[in-house]
Amino acid sequence: MSGPSLLAALDAQTLADATGLGAVYALMAVGIGLVFGVLRLVNFAYGQLVMAGAYTLAFTSQADWPTWTGIVTCFAVVIALSTLMDRLVFRPLRTQSPAVMLVTTFAVAFLLQNVALLVDVRDGTIGEPAASVAPLNQAVSVWGVEVRKVSIVAVVVAVVALALLAVLLTRTQIGLQMRAAATDFHTARLLGVRADTVIAIAVLLSAVLAAAVAVLLTVQNPLVAPDFALKDTIIVLVGVVVGGIDRLWTATLGGFAIGFATGVINGALPTDKTVFLPSVVFALVILVLLLRPAGLFARGRAGFAERM
Amino acid sequence: MRRADLGAQLLAPAALVALVALVGTFTSRAIEIYFLTAIVSVAIVVAIYVFVGNSGVLSFGQISFVAVGAFASGVLTIPLESKTGVLPDLYPVLRDHTVGNVPSLALAALVGGAFAFAVGIPLMRLSGLAAGIATFSVLEITHNLLREWTKIGPGATTLSLVPETTDLLQAAVGTILVIAAAFAYQRSRFGRSLRATREDAAAARAAGIDVHRQRLWAFTLSGALAGFAGGLYVHLLGSITADQVYLELTFVTLAMLVIGGVTSLWGAVVGALAVSGLDSFLSEAEQGVGVGFTLDLPQGARLVVLGSLMALVLVLRPSGITGGREFSFAWLRRRTA
Repeated sequence: MSGPSLLAALDAQTLADATGLGAVYALMAVGIGLVFGVLRLVNFAYGQLVMAGAYTLAFTSQADWPTWTGIVTCFAVVIALSTLMDRLVFRPLRTQSPAVMLVTTFAVAFLLQNVALLVDVRDGTIGEPAASVAPLNQAVSVWGVEVRKVSIVAVVVAVVALALLAVLLTRTQIGLQMRAAATDFHTARLLGVRADTVIAIAVLLSAVLAAAVAVLLTVQNPLVAPDFALKDTIIVLVGVVVGGIDRLWTATLGGFAIGFATGVINGALPTDKTVFLPSVVFALVILVLLLRPAGLFARGRAGFAERM
Repeated sequence: MRRADLGAQLLAPAALVALVALVGTFTSRAIEIYFLTAIVSVAIVVAIYVFVGNSGVLSFGQISFVAVGAFASGVLTIPLESKTGVLPDLYPVLRDHTVGNVPSLALAALVGGAFAFAVGIPLMRLSGLAAGIATFSVLEITHNLLREWTKIGPGATTLSLVPETTDLLQAAVGTILVIAAAFAYQRSRFGRSLRATREDAAAARAAGIDVHRQRLWAFTLSGALAGFAGGLYVHLLGSITADQVYLELTFVTLAMLVIGGVTSLWGAVVGALAVSGLDSFLSEAEQGVGVGFTLDLPQGARLVVLGSLMALVLVLRPSGITGGREFSFAWLRRRTA
């Protein structure tokens, strides 16, 4: 990995794609962070919500539905599934330890992935193409640089979604209640914040973000398989914890940073030079966690990550 | 606590494993593999329990120690005459030496323990989610190195020609040794200290317990047992790839532990046997099996049923099947009294 060749490969197009991937991962990070804030639950099954949305796009596209109805159905399916998950799984487990909750979300993820497999292999092959949203993957020329439309859309969607979320959290009654619940759920309830409402809204918002991510990822990867978004979820979870999961903006920044880094690395390095790259990256992750256990961007030490 | 109860806490899990092995000897070769896998998974889950159960710190990294144990033991037992042919790039010291079955298992434990100790020195300072992600990073690094570094193993190809020496006897004896080690540890001063830190870290520290040191001991012992279990595993399979000791095994074994009950040795054993038993039954059911009527599940339904049952147990009984308690005759006494 010599310096000059790395820099030479870092052209504007790679940077644009990396920014787009960073934006998508930032959206996922917000979705995971919102639910973590009110439930203290790391939802590993978040990627399977995205996967369900992607399958919806694939099946609606194969049934020749107009693209916009496909996208609307995708949002509806993801929101319904997410609400169902909250009611059936998260709600009974609210008082359990983080380990139990995390392993339960593994089980849910495993279940949803295998349900998808069962549905997918009915036609004898694994993987369903989603053609309807593919045109967004074409490149347009911006100031002489070839940029895929989806990268632009991803950045715009991320900026708009984050701005709307910031307004919701800081300017509305329910946003105030959500922030109160994220800071100290017990006291917030004593002061009259309705737990079920706050959690339902956090789950709803995170589902909307998952659906948006489903559309964006399906554009880039139009062959939907049961492990769709699984790898992305793991990368985002690492990014979120490295950034600092205790606060939404540090989690988001962590998600964006790891997405951007992934994009740059994949775009700039030839494959034969990246075989040991995961080791280097995860060694850096460990280093960051040892030096700043509460997260790279967090202020001081957070309570949950105290050092022994 | 009554003396009989204390004995039963060790004997009940050991007897259960012995019973499973005994039943396994009466089955055909095709069915025997289910029993072998179930027993070896008990060894892996108990090894994970030694750290996760006693410390209360979630680790996604213990399968790394299973992996290095499996590959160390596997690479070192391939017969010399075929080793240069299948693994030409090995370091000479690995290429030119072959050891027997039992020494290879001891080596697997040694390598797993040493690796866990080295990794644990910095990592045991972390807790909560940071510990979870850091141990997960260890798993990723181990997998990456095993997959790409052909001087220490087969790289991305399959490690094959490993002697299949793990029969029911070796599996049962090995697993009972792992259970005995876990029991001896949790009854020792070290084990009690660590369990105290699990219940209340601040109070334990006030009582003079060095949390970092106690976690490191448990992590090292857990790594050694996991390495040993990995040795059993590779000699059961005869061939192995880096992907077989990676994410899926991590999730499945953690699920076994949580379903059985994280905080007890009995829970680790029951969880491993219950989940593997169910899994085996469902794989047979995909072939069609008679249980009063003929149960014939469609292909792929096994994992769906398994996933739903796992989620169901966790939602209805989050402290696991055993409630996280050790085996006890107390319920018998209550009933007869």
